[in-house]
Amino acid sequence: MSTELATPAPAVASGLGGGGRSGWGVGSIRPVLIILALLLIAVGIRQPDFYDPPVLLAFLKRAAPLIILAAGQYFVIVAGDFDLSVGSLVTAEVVIAARLIDGDPAATWPVIALLLGFGLLIGLVNGLVTTLLQVPSFITTLGMYLVLVGAVYTWTGGSPRGALSEEFRMFGRRGIDGVPVLGQLPYAVLVLSGVAVLAVLAMRSDFGKVLLAVGDNPRAARVTGARTARVRTIAFLASGLLAAVAAILLGGFGGVSFQVGQGLEFTAITAVVLGGVVLGGGRGSVAGAMLGALTLQTLLTLLNLLGVSGALSSAVQGLIILAAVAVGTLRRRT
Amino acid sequence: MQPDSDQPLLRMRGVGKAFFGVRVLDDVDLDLHPGQVHALVGENGAGKSTLMKIASGVYQPDAGTLELSGKPVTLPHPRAAQAAGIGIIHQEFNLLPERTVAENVFLGREPLRRGLVDRRAMHARTAELLAGVGETAIAPQTRVGRLGVAQQQVVEIVKALALDARVLIMDEPTASLAEHEVELLYNLVRRLQQRGIGILYVSHRLTEVFDLSGRITVLKDGRRVTTLDTAEATPDTLVRHMVGRELSHYFPERAAPGSAGAARLQLAAAGNGRLRPVDLELRSGEVLGIGGLQGSGRSALARAVFGIDGFRTGQMLLDGVPVRVRSPRQAVRAGIAYVTEDRKGEGLALSQSVLDNALLAQRAVQPRWFARAARTTTVRELLDAVEVHAAGTGQEIRYLSGGNQQKVILARWLAMKPRVLLFDEPTRGIDVGAKAAIHDLIRRLADDGAAVLMISSELPELIGMSDRIVVMRDGAIAGELPAGASEEAVMGLATGAATSTEVPA
Repeated sequence: MSTELATPAPAVASGLGGGGRSGWGVGSIRPVLIILALLLIAVGIRQPDFYDPPVLLAFLKRAAPLIILAAGQYFVIVAGDFDLSVGSLVTAEVVIAARLIDGDPAATWPVIALLLGFGLLIGLVNGLVTTLLQVPSFITTLGMYLVLVGAVYTWTGGSPRGALSEEFRMFGRRGIDGVPVLGQLPYAVLVLSGVAVLAVLAMRSDFGKVLLAVGDNPRAARVTGARTARVRTIAFLASGLLAAVAAILLGGFGGVSFQVGQGLEFTAITAVVLGGVVLGGGRGSVAGAMLGALTLQTLLTLLNLLGVSGALSSAVQGLIILAAVAVGTLRRRT
Repeated sequence: MQPDSDQPLLRMRGVGKAFFGVRVLDDVDLDLHPGQVHALVGENGAGKSTLMKIASGVYQPDAGTLELSGKPVTLPHPRAAQAAGIGIIHQEFNLLPERTVAENVFLGREPLRRGLVDRRAMHARTAELLAGVGETAIAPQTRVGRLGVAQQQVVEIVKALALDARVLIMDEPTASLAEHEVELLYNLVRRLQQRGIGILYVSHRLTEVFDLSGRITVLKDGRRVTTLDTAEATPDTLVRHMVGRELSHYFPERAAPGSAGAARLQLAAAGNGRLRPVDLELRSGEVLGIGGLQGSGRSALARAVFGIDGFRTGQMLLDGVPVRVRSPRQAVRAGIAYVTEDRKGEGLALSQSVLDNALLAQRAVQPRWFARAARTTTVRELLDAVEVHAAGTGQEIRYLSGGNQQKVILARWLAMKPRVLLFDEPTRGIDVGAKAAIHDLIRRLADDGAAVLMISSELPELIGMSDRIVVMRDGAIAGELPAGASEEAVMGLATGAATSTEVPA
């Protein structure tokens, strides 16, 4: 019908090129890249062998769970929500794994499938309660956090039981040996790479663009034909699934305890915010969120190298959240 | 009919106000006497609410003076207006639903006894005030949330009286009332009048204006057209004063008479909570204008067709096929597009780029995992065709002018090749040049075979663009007018001054 309209006017008339978005705008990844570079230089000075490939890979291996969690948290935050349940979900997953596997190697793969399913289920419940019952996600996931903590304690009778199999722990601990130059290529880094590629592809897809629009202006997205409830629920599903993946890695190189996931929800949110993602939704990239997590891990490593007490690290996270949000608000105002 | 004492309660002289260089009120005079009901009438955007806000201390006038009982006053703040004895009853009430009537009436000024709220005194005084306006059915202890809308309005009025208001401004007081409640309001207004209170009654419903007021001031485009005694006025003269303007703007040529194609959208007794059953036919190739006052159901009609607040009863047909549209998504899939009047609130994702906004409908309705180059190319061409001016398609859309934002929304829908387009105030807040461009686009869409429904408060636009005009009032169709109908005819139907559909065009 619109043959006449579809005839392109000379492009010069409107001068519509590509580009136009400043690399320094709110939601850009440039600031976090600079902070990361400075921190990496500082770590390198303090620990000269940090750039040896095996050391660097070991560092990435340690950072992998947090980066994966940050990617999950990103989907939820950019849609305008929060997921406070991921820390206790990680704990629950590890405790469930230990009890169900109980040292039996044959149980490894079925249990991994079950863990991923459990993560999806928790994400689904979070998403449905938030969108269909219209409970603010802050409250939904805080409730879910408490439910999971209580349920895990009750189920285990106060102390985690059972043990993980060696096959299960391999994801967090081992890698492909004998790779030239790198030495061992940890499985955790492979999993991380897979997650990163999929997350970036998802955000480049139409789903990702609609997710951003929903976080930016849910009413406009709905009136343009988006299924906002479904899109937000999918973000929670991604967060739950990625929390399960992070739990599998953490269970590998950590032990089985109630502390394994403690505080991870806030660390993940800090990382996302540090990566230039705006709380409230609609701005920021998943690459930024993951780089934010890497930056945070580097900062914690540096503090550790400098001999700063571990107790201070939560204070540092708090300051980062406050500073990042304040700077974001100030910049948007100008 | 009303005793006018010599000294006006409220006297406004030469009042003017501009926002960002746009003059919305210019040299307006108004006298309000004790015991007088003075109606303030005019089209949307005539300056009624600005004048009201100046009288109640919300805005400061740029020019002119205010006098209360002969003394010059300035009202730097709504509180100053309250203290001076000017009360205002807004369309939306400022009541706390979880508090009692008495607590609302005395909010922030509770009578104290030994440092504690003296509830007994508060209840007694509230009962007294309620009795004073003839309202004995409301107990001061009742929670406001339990009261009906009409009773809440009484509480609002009593709240103003508790502050010794001598001037009461009422903004569209019947807008939220059911028909049988209007009579109660009439009685209340007459009682207040007997007590010597001056009432500034803002309404576009002419029936009420003639029933209640003693004097009428007509505003148009921010200026006072005339002030006259109600006894001397007729609905016809009033409507003429409210509109009376020349068609100056150029509009694209209308469709040739009889050239409209087959019926694209048909409504048969379609209604919902806001719309009485509506029968309507929208043909391919025509621009159907929908006129009416704000809140007359114009937007509710478009939103129902688009599935935002869908129809509950009746039937809707698209190209002769019955359809049920329960969400905007279903509407989009059925080939309907909706350009909202609330561009920022409902049209755009402001932090996203021009391109992302233009692609949003396709991405939302036909999502793909991998970007389609063809799609992007088409949308870029459409953005060029509608002549969007931006630094680039990657620029955040918040930085574009209203006209350019609207063109992006148009490009978004054109990419969906809709059969039916619904425009709600398509040129609101848009500069003159972009306006003409959007008018041309709307006409071209109709020429290409789309069925266009266009809501507009701007009468020149409504009349200049439409092949047919349907006027709505109180959630129903008040009548239909042919192309080129007069502004008086449209306003007559919209205000209820003319009740039949056989209005001379």
